[in-house]
Amino acid sequence: MSQPALSKSMTSGESGLAVVFAVTAFFCLIASAKALDAPFAFHAALSAAASLAAVFCIINRYFDRAAALPPAEINGRPNYNMGPIKFSSFMAMFWGIAGFLVGLIIASQLAWPALNFDLPWTSFGRLRPLHTSAVIFAFGGNVLIATSFYVVQKSCRVRLAGDLAPWFVVVGYNFFILIAGTGYLLGVTQSKEYAEPEWYADLWLTIVWVTYLLVFLATIIKRKEPHIFVANWFYLAFIVTIAVLHLGNNPALPVSVFGSKSYVAWGGIQDAMFQWWYGHNAVGFFLTAGFLAIMYYFIPKRAERPIYSYRLSIIHFWALIFLYIWAGPHHLHYTALPDWTQTLGMTFSIMLWMPSWGGMINGLMTLSGAWDKLRTDPVLRILVVSVAFYGMSTFEGPMMSIKVVNSLSHYTDWTIGHVHSGALGWVGFVSFGALYCLVPWVWNRKGLYSLKLVNWHFWIATLGIVLYISAMWVSGILQGLMWRAYTSLGFLEYSFIETVEAMHPFYIIRAAGGALFLIGALIMAYNLWMTVRVGEAEVQRPVALQPAE
Amino acid sequence: MSFWTRHQVFEKNSIILIVGILLVIAIGGLVEITPLFYLKSTIEAVDGVRPYTPLELAGRNVYVREGCYLCHSQMIRPLRDEVERYGHFSLAAESMFDHPFQWGSKRTGPDLARVGAKYSDDWHVNHLTNPRAIVPQSVMPGYPFLSQTEVDPDTIADHMRTLRTVGVPYSDDQIASARADVKAQADPDNSGSDAFSKRYVKAVVRNFDGKTGTPTEMDALIAYLQMLGTLVDFKIYNDKANLR
Repeated sequence: MSQPALSKSMTSGESGLAVVFAVTAFFCLIASAKALDAPFAFHAALSAAASLAAVFCIINRYFDRAAALPPAEINGRPNYNMGPIKFSSFMAMFWGIAGFLVGLIIASQLAWPALNFDLPWTSFGRLRPLHTSAVIFAFGGNVLIATSFYVVQKSCRVRLAGDLAPWFVVVGYNFFILIAGTGYLLGVTQSKEYAEPEWYADLWLTIVWVTYLLVFLATIIKRKEPHIFVANWFYLAFIVTIAVLHLGNNPALPVSVFGSKSYVAWGGIQDAMFQWWYGHNAVGFFLTAGFLAIMYYFIPKRAERPIYSYRLSIIHFWALIFLYIWAGPHHLHYTALPDWTQTLGMTFSIMLWMPSWGGMINGLMTLSGAWDKLRTDPVLRILVVSVAFYGMSTFEGPMMSIKVVNSLSHYTDWTIGHVHSGALGWVGFVSFGALYCLVPWVWNRKGLYSLKLVNWHFWIATLGIVLYISAMWVSGILQGLMWRAYTSLGFLEYSFIETVEAMHPFYIIRAAGGALFLIGALIMAYNLWMTVRVGEAEVQRPVALQPAE
Repeated sequence: MSFWTRHQVFEKNSIILIVGILLVIAIGGLVEITPLFYLKSTIEAVDGVRPYTPLELAGRNVYVREGCYLCHSQMIRPLRDEVERYGHFSLAAESMFDHPFQWGSKRTGPDLARVGAKYSDDWHVNHLTNPRAIVPQSVMPGYPFLSQTEVDPDTIADHMRTLRTVGVPYSDDQIASARADVKAQADPDNSGSDAFSKRYVKAVVRNFDGKTGTPTEMDALIAYLQMLGTLVDFKIYNDKANLR
């Protein structure tokens, strides 16, 4: 980068991006004026406003900054870029609470249907995608972006690649969430689970995601360490595969470029297969590979022990990403999908148990010689319990993918319970643990505001998870059994509505579990807020983690 | 050179690592998905399945918009209790014109693959408006607003054209008459009803919501629900013909 000694000028990135956003704002205004439906007009106007805001921010930043861009190194030490990480961490906490709250609302709607209020934008069918997207993509996604940007810098010992690009990724990704979320409330959806956003949101996400890949990759390429650290393999597999899945599942033809509605290119069986190839690997690569990367960095770092086995991580990595991709058809057992595909999906799902437990063992055994820290460090306890939940749900998953078991569990709350033992126990807890580590690190604080509050968070949330998943086990298995129960005369014993009635108490217990989980997250948000606000600044940063060899 | 040393090529070169990841994740998807596009046995040959009428399509879009698929499946599995509860197990051909598919993954409410003709239109109007007026234990949200929103007959032809591009065999005649057909299907006294019935085999012409005037989203949704699972005549359907 040229560094003019006296005069200050815009970089090509600054001027280029400002122009691109100005042009985008113009086209969005036209789209808004010509829109065929109200949600599209709203989204186009929102995009125009956001583009103008982006132009303003870029120019404003230019006037505020020094003539030279921040150097890559200061006194021979990497000058890490923490701004985008702070932004993403904050957004993760914000969306987390929003997503848990919507989850509590829809859980309550199932127990007390009057809470739907019979309005379009408050009914279960529109709020449910809002809940899943808010927790998976908004909360989980921001945690992944924040931690990946931190881990890749620290483990490569270089400043994050790009000047505006990392900001484009974090802000652009959250704008995608905003478009997707408001769209659900307005009834904009393509009805593919976990891929509900319509064509224009999908296009925007593609641009943001490719930029994310480039920033991450460019940082790895200019690394100062000979080896790429294990966590970065997992982050890379997560970013690359999510791009492939997103492009494979979402090809759609809009009815008009000025309207929100589109029709998916695939139909019927092929669409079902594409959807669950995507859906299961959103679990496999977004919620597993990405968060395993967190496990591989934050647990060794917090426990101050090296990763248990480097060789196990190699086997675990390749086996996991190879096998996961095959597992999708277990969502379609006994459907019109051909039997051969179902059997293949089941076989690979069962095999998937092994690499999953390989990862769990590698995470847990990293604590050898440091188990005593569980008594004194509640953050490490959260991280370790998350790995235990990971082990539990990666055993339950293969078991549920066996066709006979699936014939009972499919379509019932057992699936919901399974998902939440993974989502609350594994993804939630490992994210909480990572944020508890990350916030003091990136804001330069000596430690958290209160470890006691972390302890409270841990126990309240754990109790919530236990209530949630046991209620769903009982209701799921109960309903599955009631559906197939016969009288001694050979008639179906229960009408459908009798099985719905039987769910009522468990739906209340589940909502209570969700409420506890939300309370835990509120305690966490307070704790992190106070850490940033009143925490004592750390003077000298410790030396970065050595990659395990 | 041991295996572990050889692996360093991935650990030291990010591009080789990315290429390795891409190759490894491509295999499963290619093996499972590609054959579904060319194996003839994937979708059995069945008489009677046709594309949705304009009004049914509008109703299906309401079904998608309101997220009905999140609580109702449209896929009856070949299990004794399901076949007795809901009817013949679902055939692949029955959803071949569905973009996207609506098989669902959860039954908070019952399966709807063959709900067509099981209940009266009146039942549906009352149930959709206030589910608990009909089924006191129900946990379904009410959709009273559907009766207040009219279907836009002007844009439906564009929807059908888009669907034709992605593979749904709508004829030129069907697309040209789409605007008139929206009204014709919801009004038995309409002069176009006979022509409409010729264009769409087994399509039901009724005033679904019981109100006069431009069809509402309630008409459209009920038209869609009432046709679900009714296209294939299982009295003449031969299971054996598709054995392989």
